[in-house]
Amino acid sequence: MTLRDERVTLAHGGGGKAMRDLIESVFTSVFNPPGMEDQARLMHASLQEPGARLAFTTDSFVVTPVEFPGGDIGKIAVCGTVNDLAVGGAKPLWLSVSFIIEEGCEVALLRRLVASMAREAEKAGVRIVTGDTKVVNRGACDTVYITTAGVGVIPSGRDLDARSIRPGDVALVNHVLGDHGAAILAARGDLMLSTDLESDCQSLGHLMEALIAAAPGTKAARDATRGGLASTLNEMAEAAGCSVELDETALPLRPEVKGVCEILGLDPLYLANEGTLVAFVPEAEAEAALAALRAMPEGQGACIVGRAVPKGNVPVTLRTAFGGTRIVDMLVGEQLPRIC
Amino acid sequence: MRYVEEFRDPKAAKALIAAIGRVADQIGATREKPVHIMEICGGHTHAIFRYGLDKLVHEGIEFIHGPGCPVCVLPMSRVDDCVTIAERAGVIFTTFGDAMRVPGTRKSLLQAKADGADIRMVYSPLDALELARRNPGKEVVFFGLGFETTTPSTALSIQQAAREGLTNFSVFCNHITVPEPIKALLDDPHMVLDGFVGPGHVSMVIGVHPYDFIARDYRKPIVVAGFEPIDLLQSVLMVLEQIRDGKAEVQNQYARVVPEHGNPISLAAIADVYERRPRFAWRGLGEIDASGLRIREKYLAWDAETKFGIGYAASPDDEPEGCECAAVMTGRLKPTACPQFGRGCKPETPLGALMVSSEGACAAYWTYGGARVAAE
Repeated sequence: MTLRDERVTLAHGGGGKAMRDLIESVFTSVFNPPGMEDQARLMHASLQEPGARLAFTTDSFVVTPVEFPGGDIGKIAVCGTVNDLAVGGAKPLWLSVSFIIEEGCEVALLRRLVASMAREAEKAGVRIVTGDTKVVNRGACDTVYITTAGVGVIPSGRDLDARSIRPGDVALVNHVLGDHGAAILAARGDLMLSTDLESDCQSLGHLMEALIAAAPGTKAARDATRGGLASTLNEMAEAAGCSVELDETALPLRPEVKGVCEILGLDPLYLANEGTLVAFVPEAEAEAALAALRAMPEGQGACIVGRAVPKGNVPVTLRTAFGGTRIVDMLVGEQLPRIC
Repeated sequence: MRYVEEFRDPKAAKALIAAIGRVADQIGATREKPVHIMEICGGHTHAIFRYGLDKLVHEGIEFIHGPGCPVCVLPMSRVDDCVTIAERAGVIFTTFGDAMRVPGTRKSLLQAKADGADIRMVYSPLDALELARRNPGKEVVFFGLGFETTTPSTALSIQQAAREGLTNFSVFCNHITVPEPIKALLDDPHMVLDGFVGPGHVSMVIGVHPYDFIARDYRKPIVVAGFEPIDLLQSVLMVLEQIRDGKAEVQNQYARVVPEHGNPISLAAIADVYERRPRFAWRGLGEIDASGLRIREKYLAWDAETKFGIGYAASPDDEPEGCECAAVMTGRLKPTACPQFGRGCKPETPLGALMVSSEGACAAYWTYGGARVAAE
């Protein structure tokens, strides 16, 4: 089946032959889902193990530009949902994918996004088993939006939960902070910043398994996406019933990210990441955890950024290089660049 | 980052903090009888809190946070004017990001955008100029806001629009100047200031001499400062040493950026495009003579006030009920002493402007200070 059109038209969302051509030529021929029913029918041995639990999550992806250094909206749509499963201790198995496509979107772009998704899914060890497409009028969405849902299995006996974090536990990250947020800002082009920054967009399933194998006492992990490390830690600390103290001198930041933040008056702690997790492990397992993370390509930048402390007045504080402390609050709305 | 990290060196900071402590003791500054130093610029306020400098220096030093946050001192009526222009059909209204959340009497620009106005955040007036070129059927208005730091770039964009004959571009001019409000503060009988840390980026444009009157007429020391912690600490030390030695001079700590006579190209652009308004209203401070700029007659085709029939109306007294921004801005009230701080007024629901911008004294207290802890 060949699709001759260069751009998506409303006809491709009409339910007729044009839609079938688009779906078969662009999507199913690459994702190769099992069966052609409107549902995926799935079996997996790990589901039959006593005590195993199903994990189920969903996420929607809207990003401008849709292709950027280090990734694209398709790759993020796979990584984001895989990571939501992985940081909860689940082994990701299957994804669904829905595309909302703006009339006029280039078919070649869709093909690139689909190829990118297939590549990332294979890397992460998940299958894209079902999906949907809709086409909307020009202006009703921005090029393409993607929603993925994911199913995974949590092995028996594994229970990652932020509520189990205790004072003394160590907070680790696997990657330098803020690459995605800074790369996207630079890629939008309206700042005329030229950097070599790339999004950290990557799947963290294999890394989480390595972490848990090396540090079986791992309490909880989250991927520090929108709102950055600061917002993620605030959520974890509030759930934990203890506070978190970050060490400013330990925060891993690329000079380029620092530079972008200096120019715009932004705080890298609030920049989005797409392949960076923060995990709390007991202090006794911290070294083993670090070594395991660093042994993986996804964990080259692993380091300790802070620790859980007894509950204070605010969830997260930062010890500055000068020995002072400051509050690291949740973000109010968006970070807005300063005037001067 | 070269030229940045060096000015954040903890060792150098510790040495300066110790030196500040020694001079403060020599002066006899105590918690009860502190030396009052005003940092004029919002960028300095932000840096002081970000690095916790207020808590690290001698307890006899009290920072008073000056009126140098441009979105904080903008009267609400001018925000209303922005909303009125932005809501006109066929207008693309462009603004720096941190003006988006400033409350007007009706709504903020962020709310107006949600209500359907075409409002876009830009990083430079040149971005607005580009929008005007690409949208010849639209009126593109740039919200010109800020002190002498941002004034030259707006002036240059107007000159460029004039050269290109780009008539669908205009500037809603709210540019203000630093020396005039300082004079107003010094003339205020309630004000107890012992010295100033001057805004470095403003002096990068205007040089250091516009501050001569502070030393000459009011006998107060002023040190033009950079924005890194070492810059600020060194400047505080320089102010204290002047006080100890009975001097009142204009000194330049930020000489790596600030030329004595400023930037002649910027100054020429400002002089070409703008003239002084007889007076301009400052939120919290009232009307101050010759403290605001407007667009000269030869560039009126690019003046949004003219184009949209917006007049200047003095309305310094339109603060919301219970808002104490005026008292905080003049140093009479600490942010935490305001009854609304952390209660009726928070960054997510700001009552007054000082809670809106990250450079506002209240927002800085809230974000970085132990103040929030105290309020709880």
